[in-house]
Amino acid sequence: MRDSDLLHPRPEGLYCPPGDFFIDPVRPVNRALITHGHSDHARSGHRCVLATRQTLDIMGLRYGEGFAGTTQAATLGETIALNGVTVTFHPAGHVLGSAQIAVEHMGRRIVASGDYKRQKDATCEPFEPVQCDVFITEATFGLPVFRHPPDSEEIARLLKSAAQFPERSHLVGAYALGKAQRVMRLLRDAGYDRPIYIHGALAKLSEYYQSQGIDLGMLEPATVESGAKDDFTGAIVIGPPSAFADRWARRFPDPISCFASGWMRIRQRAKQGGVELPLIISDHADWDELIATIKETGAEEIWVTHGREEALVRWCELEGIAARPLHLVGYEDEGD
Amino acid sequence: MNRFAELLDRLVLTPSRNGKLTLLTDYFRGIEDPDRGLALAAITGDLSIAAVKPAMLRTLVIERMDPVLFGYSYDYVGDLAETVSLVWPQPPGDMPNHSPTLAEVVAKLQAASRSDGPKVLARLLDSASISARFAIIKLVTGGLRIGVSARLAKQALADLGQVDVAEIEELWHGLTPPYAGLFAWLEGKAERPEKTALALFRPVMLSNAVGDGDLEKLNPADYAAEWKWDGIRVQAVCEGGVRRLYSRTGDDVSGAFPDLAEAMDFSAALDGELLVGDPQATGTFSDLQQRLNRKSVSAKIQQQFPAFMRCYDVLQIGDEDLRALSFRERRGRLEAFVGTLDPSRFDLSPLVEFADWPTLEELRSAPPHPIIEGVMLKRWDSPYLAGRPKGPWFKWKRDPHTVDAVLMYAQRGHGKRSSFYSDYTFGVWSGPEGAEELVPVGKAYFGFTDEELKQIDKYVRDNTVERFGPVRSVRADRRQGLVLEVAFEGLNRSTRHKSGVAMRFPRISRLRWDKPAAEADRIETLQALLDS
Repeated sequence: MRDSDLLHPRPEGLYCPPGDFFIDPVRPVNRALITHGHSDHARSGHRCVLATRQTLDIMGLRYGEGFAGTTQAATLGETIALNGVTVTFHPAGHVLGSAQIAVEHMGRRIVASGDYKRQKDATCEPFEPVQCDVFITEATFGLPVFRHPPDSEEIARLLKSAAQFPERSHLVGAYALGKAQRVMRLLRDAGYDRPIYIHGALAKLSEYYQSQGIDLGMLEPATVESGAKDDFTGAIVIGPPSAFADRWARRFPDPISCFASGWMRIRQRAKQGGVELPLIISDHADWDELIATIKETGAEEIWVTHGREEALVRWCELEGIAARPLHLVGYEDEGD
Repeated sequence: MNRFAELLDRLVLTPSRNGKLTLLTDYFRGIEDPDRGLALAAITGDLSIAAVKPAMLRTLVIERMDPVLFGYSYDYVGDLAETVSLVWPQPPGDMPNHSPTLAEVVAKLQAASRSDGPKVLARLLDSASISARFAIIKLVTGGLRIGVSARLAKQALADLGQVDVAEIEELWHGLTPPYAGLFAWLEGKAERPEKTALALFRPVMLSNAVGDGDLEKLNPADYAAEWKWDGIRVQAVCEGGVRRLYSRTGDDVSGAFPDLAEAMDFSAALDGELLVGDPQATGTFSDLQQRLNRKSVSAKIQQQFPAFMRCYDVLQIGDEDLRALSFRERRGRLEAFVGTLDPSRFDLSPLVEFADWPTLEELRSAPPHPIIEGVMLKRWDSPYLAGRPKGPWFKWKRDPHTVDAVLMYAQRGHGKRSSFYSDYTFGVWSGPEGAEELVPVGKAYFGFTDEELKQIDKYVRDNTVERFGPVRSVRADRRQGLVLEVAFEGLNRSTRHKSGVAMRFPRISRLRWDKPAAEADRIETLQALLDS
């Protein structure tokens, strides 16, 4: 049996014929295994969904309780048999509940990483390297230019700016699931104890994080009655990036726009987006983490997906590791 | 080095002037000598380091990594300095526990010979963090390009020491990096540095615009009038054999105008307007542009567009400081002095005779030369004062040109305006009847009130056709479009714009909600203005 008979791309997503399931399918299918709750990986409308408890909870929050026919919670590290194929979920360190999925059949093991990172993150379980024959890696930041600095340095820059410009507000763009809560937690770890103001789109998910024992401190809705602009003087406000171009942002006094993303490593990206204070904080592996992880898994073959495949494939060639791009469609290239 | 690198990173992304000033003053306050002085010199362009060519930088990085991976990286980032700073491989072994200071970096670069320059650079890059690598590369490839002028840096110094920026400008050319004496004075730890250098800049006197009702309160007999020349304000200072030509803000521009500097064969400080052509046939603003923003200038350009100075004030002759004298007395001294100079390079800005304000108004509306942009009023009894005192000098500009144009694109602003579409590209009609299309003629981002901004913003959001990042294209055709009345000071020919024209100082003067888009102006209206 070839490895590609165990897992291969189909228009719906990555498919396992002997197990008859898909991993992170982008269209409704009979049985879906979901790595994490970001909307391009976790869609509604599947008949059966297998994912970690937290990922299922997050999908419920986003899509409502009827997001799938039936659901089954996978416990990290426990094996589950599906038509004679063994699957195991392992932590991926991407966002709360995120997992890699190891698929084993007839002595071969393929690990689908989903999205992952190696930097320490107090809001989710750390990535666990899994020995395997084939490692399917994401490549969102698969270019040698992407080197994420320690997140504490980035938060220190935000706090320094807040002290430098006490008369202005700092608007931090961060994705609603994962990044936003990580930024809140980093602020708390850096000793910031003032209330953090949040956009409505963040409320439910942040509350869920708190209920899972992740302390985010005092969060307050960034709403105002008209004319109370001064309430936000000196405040740190977190919201989804799209909200800052919107009329919503007008309630803040002379805001400094900040964006927490791995893309902020590239100055031109920051400049084009009108970002004044880029914060290079990413939930994806950077170049150094990608290549270190590839080596750690001991995989003899690497399949590279969603992102900049060519550079990572080239690096594997130079290292004598077999590698090929896996052309999966439907994932956001911009995901971070 | 990391702190300097961080400063550069913040400055380049901070659009507001006040924001930049805060970043600069905080840096100067928090960083010790000599690092802060060297940073200042780097920003003002006064730091000399032997340049490393981009090709050499590329060679250095290719020796250290796979060229294919470098190629992918460079293609993606698009900027060589930035790419190299990101991909530069950390040498084996841990990061050295000491990252170099700016002073150490500058010392090593300045001590490097031409042949071992690349090796020195590579060793510095090995020991630096990513953003420090970027800053080092910017230092050696020349030009920080962070959107901070020398003038702004001097303003930050003035803010730091709570002194007038004119004081900094006056001292500036007598100082050298790392400016320890200057910082000590600004922090109140030492006396003001002595003015020992020759041919220093004298802070210039500026005018206020004539406002509504201003003239009624003034007696015409108290004022002299001159044409307001649309050149660049310069100060020519020669002292003890040192010749310097300064811009209005105290930047030394002698290098860009060697022909004029050559003719500065006197001992005095003159104030006037730099123009091109010769005094008998003054060139237009387009001609002048051929000489602007150049570091060096070819003999051919100098011959084609010779620079001369139209003098309107004298601040010093020999050892005698004339600034305390009245304008009337200075004018007398100036007239006599200019008579002794090379007439092809120096002439006198003539006085305009007038009896009352209506007469002057008529003259102002129909000036005798296209490069005149209005009249200046100067009180006969006023001394030469630094800055912009209210009362002694007025500028009374010609009314601006206006054109009715159609809004085509809108871009989001920055800071306070980041949620507003506040930068507008507008166009006028061109092409034959029945097949008219809009051709962009300019871009403006002020002139409207806050209330009008909200209205335009709403219009843009409701009539968006396409989005490109922060830019939206707005519906603009014969049947529908927002007509903007645009005021501008003048028009230049431009090969860079499709329309062939470039506006000077365009701003939105009125929103013409009432005017149908099809009735906006045509490009021929603007072309006629070019030929006049």
